[in-house]
Amino acid sequence: MSDLNNLTLADARDKLRNKEISAVELAGACNAAAAASDPLNAYCLKTPDLALEQAATADIRLAAGDAPDMCGIPLGIKDLFCTEGVKTQAASKILTGFVPEYESTVTAKLWDAGAVMVGKLNMDEFAMGSSNETSIYSAAVNPWRSKDSNAPLSPGGSSGGSAAAVSADLCLAATGTDTGGSIRQPAAFTGIVGLKPTYGRISRWGTVAFASSLDQAGPMTKTVRDAAIFLRCISGHDAKDSTSADFPVPDFEAAITGDIKGKKIGIPKEYRQDGTPAEIEKLWHTGTEMLRDAGAEIVDVSLPHTKYALPAYYVLAPAEASSNLARYDGVRYGHRAKLQAGEGINEMYSRTRAEGFGPEVRKRLMVGAYVLSAGFYDAYYRRAQRVRTLIKQDFDKVYATGVDALLTPATPSAAFGLGDMAKADPIQMYLNDVFTVTVNLAGLPAISVPTGLDAQGLPLGLQLIGKPWEEGDLLNTAYTLERAAGFVSKAQKWW
Amino acid sequence: MSIDKDTARRAAHLARIEVAEEELDHLAQELSGILDFMEQLNEVDIEGVEPMTSVTAMRLKRREDVVTDGNIQAKILSNAPDAREGFFAVPKVME
Repeated sequence: MSDLNNLTLADARDKLRNKEISAVELAGACNAAAAASDPLNAYCLKTPDLALEQAATADIRLAAGDAPDMCGIPLGIKDLFCTEGVKTQAASKILTGFVPEYESTVTAKLWDAGAVMVGKLNMDEFAMGSSNETSIYSAAVNPWRSKDSNAPLSPGGSSGGSAAAVSADLCLAATGTDTGGSIRQPAAFTGIVGLKPTYGRISRWGTVAFASSLDQAGPMTKTVRDAAIFLRCISGHDAKDSTSADFPVPDFEAAITGDIKGKKIGIPKEYRQDGTPAEIEKLWHTGTEMLRDAGAEIVDVSLPHTKYALPAYYVLAPAEASSNLARYDGVRYGHRAKLQAGEGINEMYSRTRAEGFGPEVRKRLMVGAYVLSAGFYDAYYRRAQRVRTLIKQDFDKVYATGVDALLTPATPSAAFGLGDMAKADPIQMYLNDVFTVTVNLAGLPAISVPTGLDAQGLPLGLQLIGKPWEEGDLLNTAYTLERAAGFVSKAQKWW
Repeated sequence: MSIDKDTARRAAHLARIEVAEEELDHLAQELSGILDFMEQLNEVDIEGVEPMTSVTAMRLKRREDVVTDGNIQAKILSNAPDAREGFFAVPKVME
């Protein structure tokens, strides 16, 4: 049987269990697809031998009859997750040659469940970026192209390699991480599903840190059901991450019934922004009507501090990054600058960091150091933390009125061309996260669902934002939207 | 608020990132652009609002204060750019 890599995770699970296919066959199909995908630059490292080895073990478990859902499922892993014995670089020069001696909790849970690693996936350096162009490996390329042009498009970022790989069927699903929209924006740009869980749902241990109070890992998948299956596997308390929540992990897939009758869906008026393309406005309206037709009650709501989310984020995220990335000093791992005679440890630190970090990361680390410095801490950092409280309260108030979820656009545009943002000012790039960043500040779960195509034939997504710890309910609403939208388009293969 | 060359130099120093003297003007301009964007936060009335320190309303879990690992010196040093005799090696710190 060919093209097994095109299967959804759920279908593959069922076929594996019914012995219609073997994990080794499935891994072989994904290995072949990955091997033939170099023009997409989605994988920064392929691990075909490891995949076959893990798949053979998975087949033994499957034969025994009680294998978990993820057993035998070939995955791509974002280069931000430490994988024991497999190079992990966060797409940065400063981690050149770094081979972790330990496994991140997320990937450990996946391997324990029998999942299979096809390779490590490209991303923006340290997850800082919205286009994948800050990667040391150079940008991943979107499998989708405009109708009128063969110009390469960005797969979004920071989880751009993950999005490209899932969209192009180079694996059945992938891990992503989301600090300001890094799962949801690339998912929307590539026509796939991207879920950012509630902060604390998933352990951050062993995942290279960017902004610890905002970072959350999550699944990037072909369908909402796949996201539910994947999420269950990687969720749960971990003694190694004190911010991971000690709550029971529900069967998220069981929550998917397709029945949202009586659910209250809020439409936040502040998400109507000047300059949003008419197609996205229209899609948002269409999505609203789909949920209404499915029996949901639609209500207008207000999140008054929305416009302050991005500036608050660009204080808090760089501040936390400047602290987290202080560890890259040329002493314990990765790159170390060469010194001239007479130079000492101070030059070693500052030159190692100048050489090892790319321009976007350097800029954010300096902004972070500045907003935390004596004299500016209160004016910037402390103020941003207070604004963050107000942003979270906006959501709390809306949910207190009985609203179950919010529907918004996922991104302010469809995928843009690689290189387009280089010409724009940095704030322009940051605006990509305008619809997604509030969710990270408020610690909420949210999902991007592919819902339509624009006039250029490029995918567009809508975002559903849920209540804390209610991913099951959120996934059910997302499933209803997915089913109503009936999005089945795939990128025409050109790579 | 705009950032001048001296402030840019200071930010670079605080972040321990070497920046050539001739790049400081450009850096100051870039940082100013970002900080100007943050100035919008001054419009918000934050009187009496507590700064957020934890997004979820839960206490951090505590664990027993016991040693849970150790004896992994080789693993810890395995990625070091320069390790000697069981230590991380760095340029001379004191004369």
